[in-house]
Parts: sequence; structure tokens; C-alpha cells
Amino acid sequence: MNRMFAIIEREMRKFFRSPTLMIMSLMMPILQLIIIGNAFGGKIVGTHVAVIDHDHGPQAVKVREAFAAVAATIKTFSTIEYSNEVQAREDVRTGKIDAAVIIPEQYSRRVYSQDAPKLGFVVDNSDLFTSGSLEAEMQLLVDALNAPQIQDRLSKSIALEIVELYPYVNYLKYLLPMTVALAMYISVMIGGGMLYIDDKARGVHEGYLVTPITKLELVFGMNIAGSMKATLSGISIGVIGSLIAGLGIVFHPMIMMQMLSLIVAGSIAFNGMMFLLMVRVDDPLVPRAMFGVLNILLLYPSGAMYPTVSFPKWMQAMGVVDPFTYAIHGFKAVLLKDGGWVAIWPDLLFLTTFGIATLLIATPLFKRTL
Amino acid sequence: MSATSIYSPAGDWNGASRPIAIAVEHIVKRYGNFEAVKDVSFSVAEGEIFGLLGPNGAGKSTLIRMMTTLIPVTAGKAIVAGYDVAKDPDDVRRVIGVIPQALTSDQDLTVEENLSIYAKLYSVPRAQREKNIAEVLEAVDLTKWRDAQTKTLSGGMRRRLEIARGLVHNPSIFFLDEPTTGLDPVSRIAVWEMLNKLKASRNLTMLLTTHYMEEADKLCDRIAIVDHGKLMALGTPTELKNSVAGANVVEVHFDREDEEWYGRLEKLEGVTSVQPEGSGFYRVITKSGSKTTMQIVELAASLGETLTSLTVQNTTLDDVFIHYTGRQLRDEQVKPVNFLMPPRPGTQP
Repeated sequence: MNRMFAIIEREMRKFFRSPTLMIMSLMMPILQLIIIGNAFGGKIVGTHVAVIDHDHGPQAVKVREAFAAVAATIKTFSTIEYSNEVQAREDVRTGKIDAAVIIPEQYSRRVYSQDAPKLGFVVDNSDLFTSGSLEAEMQLLVDALNAPQIQDRLSKSIALEIVELYPYVNYLKYLLPMTVALAMYISVMIGGGMLYIDDKARGVHEGYLVTPITKLELVFGMNIAGSMKATLSGISIGVIGSLIAGLGIVFHPMIMMQMLSLIVAGSIAFNGMMFLLMVRVDDPLVPRAMFGVLNILLLYPSGAMYPTVSFPKWMQAMGVVDPFTYAIHGFKAVLLKDGGWVAIWPDLLFLTTFGIATLLIATPLFKRTL
Repeated sequence: MSATSIYSPAGDWNGASRPIAIAVEHIVKRYGNFEAVKDVSFSVAEGEIFGLLGPNGAGKSTLIRMMTTLIPVTAGKAIVAGYDVAKDPDDVRRVIGVIPQALTSDQDLTVEENLSIYAKLYSVPRAQREKNIAEVLEAVDLTKWRDAQTKTLSGGMRRRLEIARGLVHNPSIFFLDEPTTGLDPVSRIAVWEMLNKLKASRNLTMLLTTHYMEEADKLCDRIAIVDHGKLMALGTPTELKNSVAGANVVEVHFDREDEEWYGRLEKLEGVTSVQPEGSGFYRVITKSGSKTTMQIVELAASLGETLTSLTVQNTTLDDVFIHYTGRQLRDEQVKPVNFLMPPRPGTQP
């Protein structure tokens, strides 16, 4: 037992003596959270829409007033006056402006005569996010312009009353569970993958193998140390990430307990998986080459960034056996929904079972000789 | 002379009967169809420094790895401190200290932490641990570097730390795999002195591998010459040198290269072999250095040839190695075989 603790002591001392390693394993997920969270999470604002008014009638003024209201309130776009329609189209094409609205001649007259008036909308659809937002905003404006001036005494339309169970979850908060899981994965990948193989290559393991340490002591020592490092990363990123994303809930004692349980179970699962993958590897290049591929294979099918229901069946199947899926589901249940133990026990069960199972498979594969 | 003819059973290496510390009997190691170690037998007496001498790829490290339980034995038997390495590997590990070829101490840890962790791996009790660490640090002259991070140490100091690490649990048998490879000459001599001191103060049995002739000559009580996995010769340095026919080596450098020189030198009285080195340079092994020298001078004078240099020396282990293996102990002269052992990851091939 003491020999196992010696291995743990060595690993932890090395971990705390390598500030670069610590910073890298913590900084990368945090940067990912901040950059991806802000890159994908925000609404489209500040676009420029050209207005070419060939009508100048009262209904055209009404349209332009509606545009001005958008510019002043939700700021999706601001308008720029154009007189030349061809120039406006060219500017949309070259990216100087994002869209152009053309109010045709006789627009006001056709509105009054209910002669199916049309507003032209030229949009750069190579950018799906911006064009989608502008199209949706324009459709809302057109719907508002079409609304009857005098309301019916009895409402005939069916209304949908939306009840949101949780406070608004921006993308930054949505990504936090992934960030915590990613920090644990990176810690395991560096500490349990790269450093493990580097130590092997440098002959450090050879030094262990000539001592009376048993195979189990060695395997458990290395895996407990690896799980401890991943747990420390998970806790650090959980706290720092929650502060960045504005999730104060993480400091609630029960939430802390649930998070800690998930982080520990997740660390065991990730570490067991990594040990199984690396147990027979000798070449230090292998874990480095695997790093990116494994990241994609594990992260994306887990639903960390996009809901799994939209995935093809084969990708959903990958998600079923992916420890990321359960870690992220658990973190979401705790951090975003306050779901309690009921919501996370299946995740805890899977992660713990997965960790133990991978260790049980890897241990016989671990060679006590060179 | 065959290897077995000078095989000296352990216990008689310095004339006194001593118990056997290591006994290797007909040991074989195969990797697929390639035989890395071929039916090697020898024994090492307690308190002896025993050297395995050979070029890279000769099978020295494979031998030492089998004896230290790092790789399984294909056939034959290795008994270390009375324990069979195949049947009682844990017992073997408890009584041996091993210094691997690569420097494997943790660079991020201090000198003391490195030693402490290894003492714990050997289950040395806390009080004993403190005492042992202090003693081995003193023995390798690293006491004042106790709290220094290993990465701040020089190559020679790191090698001394490795030696201290291998001794921290007070082993009775010490295996050193090329302990001075990569060290500068000053550090190398310091390591030799330290090993001699340790042998005397701790009554250690040491088995080391080396490809340095001088190291084997100065450090080892007995030497086994290994080549292509076979034990080519075994004996004390003096026995090995005496086993080569010819007591002296005359090195002669003729001003002008001539194909006839080889034949002329070979015919001289007392000459047992001639090794052409190129550009008019010849190594002549002879029973009488002074007589052959005179003959060479006379020969050159009679032919009107000029000698650039002429030296006489006693037979060296180099000559012994050439005698038994037919080649010089130089890394670049290791002949390729069908199967090459892959280099250990992280080490220079």
C-alpha cells in the first residue's frame, strides 16, 4: 500500500512542480469557454441594411419608421439610404452592407388597394447566421405591417403560452458543462496519456519495475494520481467557469456535493479510458497524434455543443458509450437545472461503472516486464 | 582459446573461495527467430565487480535485464542472491539495486524527494529511510545538493544521484547498465572512484555493462566479453590479456604504404598477428616487443623506407577483444544482423 502511495506522491509532486502543465490544462478549456461561448452565443446586432425607396408614399414611410424602431431598440440592423438599386445589390455582394430592402414604386397605392404589394429583400445567404436573423426580423416587421388596424372583438387565433422552467441560459452557460468535462479530459490526456508514455520512454517505468512494487500497486497508484489530477482540474474549472458564466449556484453546498461527485466519477471514467488506450503504447508520438482525434470523437457525439437528437443514428450510438455524454448531462442537470441527485444518479452510475470496467480490462494488459 | 577454457567459476576469481552472488546457467533470450542471448553461463562471487564488455547490440543489456527481472528468460536459469529470477522475482527485486542506462530520476523533484520515493517503493521504514538517504548522499557526495531540483544538476551529478537511488534500500547486489555512458572523462573517473569506494565500504557485489575498455580494465575484478549474444571470453583483466598469444603490441607507421608490408611483418620472428589499420599503419602482436621493434627498424633500413612512428605497448583489452571477436570495439563496426532490437524509446539508437 505504501508503495502505491509513493507513486501517487511522485505524480502529484510532479504535477504541482509543472506550472506550465497546470496552466495549459486549465487555460485551454477556459479560453474555449470564453471564445466559443461568446462567438456562438450572442444575438446578431449592428448589421447594415440599405433602403432603396422608389415610392416615398405614406406606407413607405411606415416601413422606414418600423426599421428605425428596430435600429433604436433591438439593434439587429441600422439602415442606410441608397438611391441606386444596382449599387445596393453590388454592395451586398461585396459585403459592404448585409442586406438591402427595396420599396417599389406604387407600393403605397397597392397597399391601399390591397393589390398584393411586395417589399424586395436582397440578402447575402452565404452567411446563414446573419441572413437567417435578418430574414426572421424582416418577417416579424412584415407581419406587424399586415396586422389589422382594428382588432377583432373576439380573438380567433390560437396563442401559445410558453412557460420556461429555468432562467435564461445563454450559450456561455450552456457550454460550461462541456468546459468542465474538457478540462478533466485534457488533464487526463496530458497527465495520463502523454506524460505516462513519456515516462515509459524515458525509462522511469523501468526504474519502478526493478523495485518490489506489485502490478496492482503500480496500476492503482498511477490511476489514482491521474484521477486526482483530473478532479483538481474539474474543480478549478467548475469554479472559475461558473464565475465567468455567472452561475453562482455552484457555491450552494448541495450543488457543490453533486458537482464533486460527478467530477470524481468523471475523472475515474476518463482516466480508466485513457489508461486502457495507452496501456500497450510505447511511442510518445501516439498520444500526441490521438489528442485531436479523440477530442472530436468524444466531444461532439456527446451533445456538448449541439443537441444529440439532430445526429444520425450511428453518431447517437457513439454518444451512448461516450463518458463525455454522461459527464456533460450530469453537469447540465446540476448547473443549469438544479435537478438534484435524482437527475444525476444514472450519470454517476455509468461513469463509475465505465471507469471500473476500463481499469479491469486494462490491468491484465499492463505488463510488469519491459 | 575458447571462452570456456578460461571460464572461471565464481569463488576463485581472486584465489579465495567466496559464495556465489549471481549464477547464470545456459541462459537464452529469443525475440521471434532472433536469438539476442545465446546459451550464456557465468557466475559472480560475492563482493566482486563483474563486467560485461561488448559493443552496442552485443546482448549486454538484455542479459542484465533478464537478471533484474525486467524481461523474461526464454531458456536457462539465472539465480540472484539465491533466488531464481523466473520463480521468485519479488525476492530478487528486494535484494538488488539497479542503475538503468538512461538517466531516469525525476527532474522536477529534488534530490531528496527522488531518493525518498524510491526508498518508499522498497518499503524502507521511515526512520531507516532518513538514515539511508543521509548515508547514500554522503557516499555519492551530494549532501549539499539534497534540496536541489534534479534538473539543476550536471550530468555527472545526476549519474551519482542514480547510483544513490539504487543504493537507498541497502541492496547486496548492484546492477549498473553502462554507468558512465555520456559522461565526460572527469565525471567518468569520479564515478569509477565512487564505485570502488562503495564496493569497499558496503561489500557490494556489482555487475556492470560497459563498452569502454578502460572502464572494464580499471574497475572490474573479472570481465566477460560478449558479442552477438555469445560469451566469447571470461576472466580477470590480466588473465584475458595473457590469454592472447603475444605479450606486446608494436604499432608501426610507415611513411609509404606498400602492400608488401603485411607479409613482411607477418614473417618476423615472434609475431603472432598483424592488423593493418590503413595508410601504412600496422598493429603487430608479438611475443617480444623489443625484438620485433629492432627487426622492424632493420627491415625498414634495409629497404630504404622511413618510419613515421614506432611504439611498443603491452597487450590491452582492445587486443583481447579483437582476438576473441575478430573486430574492434567500436560502435560503428557493429555488423547488422537480420533482426535489429528496436532502440529503447527515448534513448539514442
